[in-house]
Amino acid sequence: MKKKITFLLNSETRSIEVESGDILLDVLRDKLGIKTPKIGCDMGDCGSCTVMLDGKTVKSCLVLALEVEGQEVTTLEGLMKDGMTPLQQTFHDFNSFQCGFCTPGMVLSATELINKNPKPNRKEIQEALSGNLCRCTGYIPIIEAVEDLIGKGKGEGKEKG
Amino acid sequence: MSILQDFDYFKPTTIEFAIDLISNNKNATILAGGTDLIVNLKEGTATPEIVVDIKSLKDLKKIEFKDNCLIIGALVTFTDLLESVVIKEKFPLVWEVSKTVASVGIRNRATMVGNICSAVPCLDSGPLLCVYEADVNVRSSKGKRKIPIKDWFLGNKKTALKHGELVTHISIPFPNQKTGGCYVRLGRYCGEDLAQVNVALLAFANNAYRIAFGAVAPTPLRANKIESFLNGKKINDHLIEQAKELIPDEISPITDIRATKEYRMHMAKVMFERGIKTAVERLNGDGLEYGESLV
Repeated sequence: MKKKITFLLNSETRSIEVESGDILLDVLRDKLGIKTPKIGCDMGDCGSCTVMLDGKTVKSCLVLALEVEGQEVTTLEGLMKDGMTPLQQTFHDFNSFQCGFCTPGMVLSATELINKNPKPNRKEIQEALSGNLCRCTGYIPIIEAVEDLIGKGKGEGKEKG
Repeated sequence: MSILQDFDYFKPTTIEFAIDLISNNKNATILAGGTDLIVNLKEGTATPEIVVDIKSLKDLKKIEFKDNCLIIGALVTFTDLLESVVIKEKFPLVWEVSKTVASVGIRNRATMVGNICSAVPCLDSGPLLCVYEADVNVRSSKGKRKIPIKDWFLGNKKTALKHGELVTHISIPFPNQKTGGCYVRLGRYCGEDLAQVNVALLAFANNAYRIAFGAVAPTPLRANKIESFLNGKKINDHLIEQAKELIPDEISPITDIRATKEYRMHMAKVMFERGIKTAVERLNGDGLEYGESLV
């Protein structure tokens, strides 16, 4: 069953025809050219496909494209319209990635956390990022980048930068 | 990966139309958060002809506390539960359970009603609703029906829901006296991992206890023998040791990819001991804060 959906993608109205079985992640990547959400496990376990739906992070591999009709989808492309966000800059400063596959999801999850809770402690940061798996860094540089951004870090990353 | 099954998608705006759709089609599936359903569609374990997305039914998105009863609507996500003041203040055990469900990205989407409709043996909401003796409220073209949680779970992924019925909400009676609760969940890592064993406990001011285990049988279950052994007694170390000996009579864990039955049995005892102590401490106002992990 083909159906046309209209939704806000990174503040722009987009309309596209999709099949009922089309997954949001695949539509974003293959039909709309949005490549920061990655296909990892494709089963909702790894977090690399994370996008924001009406301001809340979701696993886009577990959302039907049809479900986002009339809603607002934000990906990393949408956050960095004016260049890198301060959070991305601290990720850069702290070497918070190696292969980079998990990074878009990590940045979105951390962004949601800081929007909700501007001064999270380490435990809260760990908890908020627990749905995003990283196989390179061991997580410490990622957590330190978030702590640095909110002014709780040791500020070492920038000097090393 | 897209879904191979071809289905029709509906997003009704009235509950009556939603019920019409599911009663007039033998092979209809309800979609709320979709965090289980989409996986099942991708894997081909769900093959519906129509999918009825109920997210436009705003009446189902309410958390309400009135007449000493908590209503959790079918569209209430675990994030909604965590952000609710009434949950945090009056039902801290519901809050504690919600906090252990997967991760933020899942909790933003997944609903408690969806959790009990999926009815996998390791579900987080199962032991919780068992100790609160909650009811599942369903509606069909024939009217409304209230199903006690003890009659809801029939087996692995099987519930008492009949064709044409839609779960509208869960109702949880507020305990008639002071309680302390505790939820202990064992997983391999934080995040999306499913529970290997879970146990929910409620200790009442009159030394009554309610205990329910999950992931150690096809359905969540109340530990009736342990409850009757402990009821009316003040908890002490000796009693806990005796109660632990009853656990093998209550549960029947299996070996699977996540843990062996021996490990599950061992950990059920450890978790019961820590959980009951914490529940009683919380009842007395000096336990760990809700949300602190005991394993």
